[in-house]
Amino acid sequence: MIRRIAAIAAVTWTELVRLKVFYFIIIFALLVIGNSFFLARFSFEEEFQMLKDIALGAMSIFSALLAILASATLLPKDLEDRTIYTILAKPVSRFEYLMGKLAGVFMLLALAVILMGAVFAAVLVLRTQIVLQSTAAEMAALPAPELAAALQKVRTAGYDPALLAGGLVILVKAWLLAAMTVFISTFATSAIFTTITAFAAYFIGHLQATARDYWMAGGDLGPVAKTILALVAIVFPDLQAFNLVDGIVTGTPVTAALLLKTLALGFGYIAVYTVLAAAVFQTREL
Amino acid sequence: MRRAATLGIVAAGLVGFGLLRLPVERSLEAAQRDAYLRPGAPVIGLRDQLGQLSYAAALSGFRSLVAAFLWIEAHTAWEQTAWGKMAGLFRTVTSLQPRSLAYWDLSSWHMAWNAAIAARQNPKEPSEFLRRRAEREYQQLGKELLEQGIANNPDRYILHERMGILLRDKFDDHAGAAEAFGKAAEMKEAPPYVKRLAAYELAAVEGREQEAYQKLKEIYDLGEDERKPRVLTLLHELEGKLGVPADQRLVPAPPE
Repeated sequence: MIRRIAAIAAVTWTELVRLKVFYFIIIFALLVIGNSFFLARFSFEEEFQMLKDIALGAMSIFSALLAILASATLLPKDLEDRTIYTILAKPVSRFEYLMGKLAGVFMLLALAVILMGAVFAAVLVLRTQIVLQSTAAEMAALPAPELAAALQKVRTAGYDPALLAGGLVILVKAWLLAAMTVFISTFATSAIFTTITAFAAYFIGHLQATARDYWMAGGDLGPVAKTILALVAIVFPDLQAFNLVDGIVTGTPVTAALLLKTLALGFGYIAVYTVLAAAVFQTREL
Repeated sequence: MRRAATLGIVAAGLVGFGLLRLPVERSLEAAQRDAYLRPGAPVIGLRDQLGQLSYAAALSGFRSLVAAFLWIEAHTAWEQTAWGKMAGLFRTVTSLQPRSLAYWDLSSWHMAWNAAIAARQNPKEPSEFLRRRAEREYQQLGKELLEQGIANNPDRYILHERMGILLRDKFDDHAGAAEAFGKAAEMKEAPPYVKRLAAYELAAVEGREQEAYQKLKEIYDLGEDERKPRVLTLLHELEGKLGVPADQRLVPAPPE
């Protein structure tokens, strides 16, 4: 079973790569590198803060876009090209087919996040080294402890291990979005419907926590409002739970326990959406 | 029929999972909030400040990205010395990223120092009274930004330290500055000089000489590294003021 899933994943991966989806990495690199030149005009605290804001924000946008757009076309394209019939005519179950497709997208997203992370890390390390050198040169006359404190301040502003945790959460959120989009595509009638619904779910998912809090607080809400809020809270994922980067870029530390809880919730969503997608796809008329 | 049954089971599964995960999500939300990793509920007033598109982006998990671009816009406004526009942008940026110390610190500095001085030297305003008033208003705005920053970041020393500097240099409020430096010094990441700054300011407050002397003595007792020229000078002055007997003085002669 694993071999068949791996084979479908490899084909899916190749198909997606042939769509030249990695061109956006060039846009990302231009954005981050271009900005780093522009941001050099600011103080180093501002520069590093904005470099992290822009790079991690862009990583979130690109990974979310890639997850939804790549996943939305998986099933409709195979149906349109009729390749799905060729695959399912072989001893491949629908579950294996779906798993293979999803695994292909997951691999693509992992590579995309790693590449974007590598570009960001390279720019951040380079800029931090430049600022460290210029600080050391400007403050060479200071007593050794004060110089060491100044250099440490630059290092603290530049390097932060929590950024790795931020990248990991971005990746898991992208996988979650991919699983959710594939689930939608199992009962959708077209790629456009899937894409629009997935984007709508994306936006609503970011407001789910607000809806949930209002619903659970009760208050003076009417029955209609309560029902709508309950539906939003129950049906849509809490995507704000995966926006840790907004805090991470400000230097707020992330404990291992909190990171694991967040990732566990993400994997929980992925598992449930995958099982539900498989269930719907099992009975879908092809 | 089988398809309808499957869809029914899937819908039930989705709802069941939704109900099961609610307590997990609430507990995670609380933990993330306690760790300052989750912003508060969206502020409705932000929509007017940001415009529809940026507001939607901020709600969609791109708060930091929107904040960064608005900060760049504020920097452009600075180059054009558009102080009013800068103040508005600073309020928006700090609302979007309330945990960013750099944004609070630099917003306050721009207002209390750059904008205030520009207002005092404004060649288009002939009235000295109005220029001074505008200067005080910008200084007050800088102070308010720091107060809000501290309220959002009570666990970080840097904004307390900046508040001390602001009160000392712009408000001539030595007691307030001593308190702010003192709060900064209590935090574990604060460098040792902050404790000295608190003692220096206390020494400048009329009627609190004894307290200042105790603080400076504590610093003196920490060892040779902390016995900076200003510490010794102030100790010498306070020992004179307080009438400390000659044999008990730490710095009997004025330091060189």
